[in-house]
Amino acid sequence: MATVAYGPNLTRTHAEITSDVVATLSAPSRGYLAALFGAVGLFLIGLITFIILLKDGLGHAGYNPPIMWSVYITNFVFWVGIGHAGTLISAILYLFRSPWRTAVYRATEAMTVFAVMTAGLFPIIHIGRQWVFYWLLPYPNARYIWPNFKSPLMWDVFAVGTYLTVSTCFLVFGLIPDVAAVRDRATGWRRALYAQVAMGWTGSDNQWRHFSRAYLYLAALLTPLVLSVHSVVSWDFAMSLVPAWHGTIFAPYFVGGAIYSGLGMVMTLLIPLRKVLKVEHLINDYHFDNLAKLTLLTGCIMFYSYSMEYFIAWYSGNTFEQTTFFRRAFGPYWWAGWTMIICNALMSQLLWFKKIRTNLTSLFVISIFINIGMWFERYVIIVSSLSNEFIPWAWDGLNPTWADWGILLGSFGWFFMYFLLFARTFPIVAIQEIKEMIPMPRLRSGGGHH
Amino acid sequence: MGLPLPRRREVPGVLASFEHIDAACDAIRALRKEGRRNLTVYTSHPSHEVEAAVGHTWSPIRLFTLIGGLTGCTAGFAMTLWMSRDWPLVVGGKSVNTVVPYVAIAFELTVLIAGLLTFFGMALLTFPRAVNKVGFDPRFTDDRIGVFVPAQAGEADRLSAFFRDAGAVEVRNA
Repeated sequence: MATVAYGPNLTRTHAEITSDVVATLSAPSRGYLAALFGAVGLFLIGLITFIILLKDGLGHAGYNPPIMWSVYITNFVFWVGIGHAGTLISAILYLFRSPWRTAVYRATEAMTVFAVMTAGLFPIIHIGRQWVFYWLLPYPNARYIWPNFKSPLMWDVFAVGTYLTVSTCFLVFGLIPDVAAVRDRATGWRRALYAQVAMGWTGSDNQWRHFSRAYLYLAALLTPLVLSVHSVVSWDFAMSLVPAWHGTIFAPYFVGGAIYSGLGMVMTLLIPLRKVLKVEHLINDYHFDNLAKLTLLTGCIMFYSYSMEYFIAWYSGNTFEQTTFFRRAFGPYWWAGWTMIICNALMSQLLWFKKIRTNLTSLFVISIFINIGMWFERYVIIVSSLSNEFIPWAWDGLNPTWADWGILLGSFGWFFMYFLLFARTFPIVAIQEIKEMIPMPRLRSGGGHH
Repeated sequence: MGLPLPRRREVPGVLASFEHIDAACDAIRALRKEGRRNLTVYTSHPSHEVEAAVGHTWSPIRLFTLIGGLTGCTAGFAMTLWMSRDWPLVVGGKSVNTVVPYVAIAFELTVLIAGLLTFFGMALLTFPRAVNKVGFDPRFTDDRIGVFVPAQAGEADRLSAFFRDAGAVEVRNA
């Protein structure tokens, strides 16, 4: 029974599903407008900070030798990671035919695109001279010097660029049939707008034939891509010789962490959004229970990775590794190190209890801790390793400035602004995929061969 | 009710609207038995049952994905190897042409070009045909199943009667 597969509380017809989702696009509530104004406010803080940086240079930010990767690179890794849970839910769970993904995947896929868009800003902010960012691309320049493709930073340009492009294709692609459904219920200028976006979709057998295959192939392409993207991001660190970065565990450790942080953000977004858009019956306890179980799995991967890092540092007998990890726990950044361990490895263990997994207030609180913990994980990895590298006289700390915090706040504003605008303009719950879960009426009893 | 999009060609025919999927599939199979291959079936979501009744086998979209993937992979290796040789700089004591690090670039370009060509193929195969609408009802994107059969004026009455007997809730000449 599709109602059981979808969740115990869904007894809606196809027509009701369409009208429920179309209703989310009606006049915005006060809660929505307040959230949007808040997001735009944060974005403006970031924009003003960026303009000052553009005018005066990176001197305002807390860059301080030897820590030449600081808060902006922390933000980059944080936001790329956020996107990964979206692709896991939309593409990987699609290949696994997981029924619970249908209601939440559109929101998570949109989250992926906007998170990667946010991440893409940071290498450009970080380089200082933003107007020459195109030097990263392989184009024939005046001296015919090509990019160094042996550098993981170049792999990153290709990985993140591909991830953003293919994820955007996947999001737009899945939206087309749903936008057509909205078009056929809209009036006036909205109808004309949606008709253009739907590109003449009618839902004919021929269109579905190509759509289903193309969607499957895109999901199959995105599955290895998502694993590669954060592996490549991890190699930005692991390919160096910096203590605590130079480890083979980095790729799986980063991918696990990325999905974990993304799941945290999914819950942070969806728990309030389902109330604001009044889709509590479509995104219910069943979905959050499953999201929480995935969070628990990835949280256990974090627990294992953190334990392994400390174990290998001790077991390797390498003094530099040992010192770096000792300082992570008891050095000047002990507070950041313990925040990361408590928020990521320990908080997620609460999700073993079903009562917590199905209590949305506690899930929301845990999701905030996950967001904080995963930001600090990247902060700890970057700052604690760079602050005490091989040359003791060069050791120094990092003091983030208003320019670091301004850009961080701005990135949250930029992300939430796009997400909120998307949620009000396009169907945030996938209409056609939910309909696929509900059997169509029959004249005769007995099922088809679906 | 038509969509606010240009119509390239109007084909006369009969448009039937079904509420029940088994009735619609029986009608489709009966029409195909008669030798009609140019049916158009509208549904709000993909249905394997309808797909089997219509008799679709495979989609050429896979060729776009395959060609895109092969092009991306070749382009990735060719670009990195050629650019390394074009200005041979030894960096970090590594040899000028090392294939292993270039796998990352080739892999990303495989996925990029395959993804873009899949999207392009989808647009090429479906959207121009969609503008060529022959008979459509907005309820087909909601909860109805539509079956359109191109027919000459003489056949229309017989087809209308056939659809009504088959369980269609609405039949009209389109």
